[in-house]
Amino acid sequence: MSAPPGDEAIIQFRDVTKIYPLPGGDVVALDHVSISLYPGDFIAIMGPSGSGKSTLLNLMGCLDTPTSGTLFIKGKDVSSMTDEEQTGLRRDHIGFIFQQFNLIPLLSALENVQYPLILKTGDRTCSLQCVEVLRSMDLEEHLFTHKPSELSGGQQQRVAIARALVNDPEILLADEPTGNLDTKTGTAIMDLLKDLNEKKGKTIIMVTHDPGVAKFAHRIIRIVDGKIS
Amino acid sequence: MQPSLFFDFALRNVRLHWFRSLLAIIGIVIGVVAIVSMGILGNSLVLAISDSLSTVGDSVIITPHAGGMGGFGPGGSKELLTERMIEQIRRAVAPDTTIPIYSGSSRMTIGTEDTVGVVYGIKPDDIPILLEIEDGAYLKGSSGAMAGARFAEENNLKVGSRITIKDKGSLRVVGILKERGMGFDINPDYGIVVEDKWYQQSYNQQDYDMAIVKVRDLTRIEQTKEVIEKQLNRRETEVDVIDTKAILETLLTTFGQISTFTTAIGGISLIVAGVSILNIMMMSVTERIKEIGVLRSIGTQRREVRSIFLYEALILGLIGSIIGGLLSIFGGYAISLLMLETTEYLFVPSSLIYIVYGIGFGIGTSLLSGLYPAWKASNLNPIEALRHE
Repeated sequence: MSAPPGDEAIIQFRDVTKIYPLPGGDVVALDHVSISLYPGDFIAIMGPSGSGKSTLLNLMGCLDTPTSGTLFIKGKDVSSMTDEEQTGLRRDHIGFIFQQFNLIPLLSALENVQYPLILKTGDRTCSLQCVEVLRSMDLEEHLFTHKPSELSGGQQQRVAIARALVNDPEILLADEPTGNLDTKTGTAIMDLLKDLNEKKGKTIIMVTHDPGVAKFAHRIIRIVDGKIS
Repeated sequence: MQPSLFFDFALRNVRLHWFRSLLAIIGIVIGVVAIVSMGILGNSLVLAISDSLSTVGDSVIITPHAGGMGGFGPGGSKELLTERMIEQIRRAVAPDTTIPIYSGSSRMTIGTEDTVGVVYGIKPDDIPILLEIEDGAYLKGSSGAMAGARFAEENNLKVGSRITIKDKGSLRVVGILKERGMGFDINPDYGIVVEDKWYQQSYNQQDYDMAIVKVRDLTRIEQTKEVIEKQLNRRETEVDVIDTKAILETLLTTFGQISTFTTAIGGISLIVAGVSILNIMMMSVTERIKEIGVLRSIGTQRREVRSIFLYEALILGLIGSIIGGLLSIFGGYAISLLMLETTEYLFVPSSLIYIVYGIGFGIGTSLLSGLYPAWKASNLNPIEALRHE
């Protein structure tokens, strides 16, 4: 493993199986998976459609719990946590970056970034910190008050990354972060993520189809039919 | 918890879908106006009725038992209360006052006009207890009479006017009575009141037609009634005893029920409005499934998602109810004018309280309608919600 010896695993799968019960029969999305991820890792998850990539990412993001086996995030067993604790973990320790950006349409760019911080602190007068984070994403300042629908894809993804970073989480989860962007913009976004990994020490786990994007990662996990190959 | 942030969310969504919100608000406005107007109408009805009923409910009325065996008086064709019975009542209810009354009707001549009127014979000392005076003085001698308000009005009677009662003699009007309204005991509005002795002599009648007991302590009305019955109806039923309070209560209960019924009709329109809020909230939830998924995935708690939708319902309900409350003043005015031809019962606390009720019900209905959509939104599976297009 790429982590320096002695470090505790930040995410650990121990013999994790995930089964989705469907009317046409059970679907095994993950089949006895055991992996450990360490602080500072930059990992790309690759595999064909339906191989279990998204399930893996959803489990890491505390959006789902294993059918069997144990999943530890920051040393805590996810299955034993209540919904409220899981939600709190997502808010404070995990940042999500989506293929479709998923900004909140009712809020401006700056407000989108403020939102998780307000959730965490309850304080609505936190614009300075948010402006800082948004500036560091190389977004022009006059765009801060624009609604997501008034921004380009690349700009939206920058706002989304700023939103993921504002609570200073240890883990960033990115689901095809460049999937909806052209190559040039995509590369710029990947440079940003690489920077965050190298300079800020963020643990980044990214699902991608694109081998060019996967090259940015330190390690590639390939998954086929729910098994790590 | 930061309620204002989620309130802001709700407010923005209401504004974004302003036309839809407007329709829901109109529904609530109509519901509230209907419920309040009906409530005011019902209340005004009760007030109008109880105003025209004079009795304050402190009387017990004793009349001879109809069809009984008590043929004491000469002839025995008409049942009456004897002096002995009056004495029995008087002893039983002391210290409350017992007022024996003669009542009949007679043809009279006023000026040149012939008319018919009710004639009551009451002891002059007892008259002030029962009746209020509008003009002139209370009865003293045996050649005077007091005229009821309506009777005086219809026949142009004034203090000093003369009334000739056929075969019995002439009486001078010494006082005009204040209008009393429909009563359960006596109705002197359409007649005259004369001295008991004069009545006795003129009509050659010793026994009384009825007796009224004025009870000072209203809580003892039932007790007084029982005491009289025990005294007089021990062996056989000689008298009928009724208390006006019970009649009044029965009447008011009946009108209260009518009022509740009309209000309930108004309530139906509020339910319809509630359903429309439920409908637009469900639309709002369905449209925003993906957004809810995003909110949940970046750390919004279930209760926080719930509050966004409850706030939305609250905003719609609050705006609709307040507008409805204001409009229902006009609605109540219009319906009072139309149905009762008076608006004097509109600006009284017991009518205006319906506006508060209406607003309360409007907000309550809206919140109730928001509960299910809010619950549904907060319990969405974040993964499935995120995948939703």
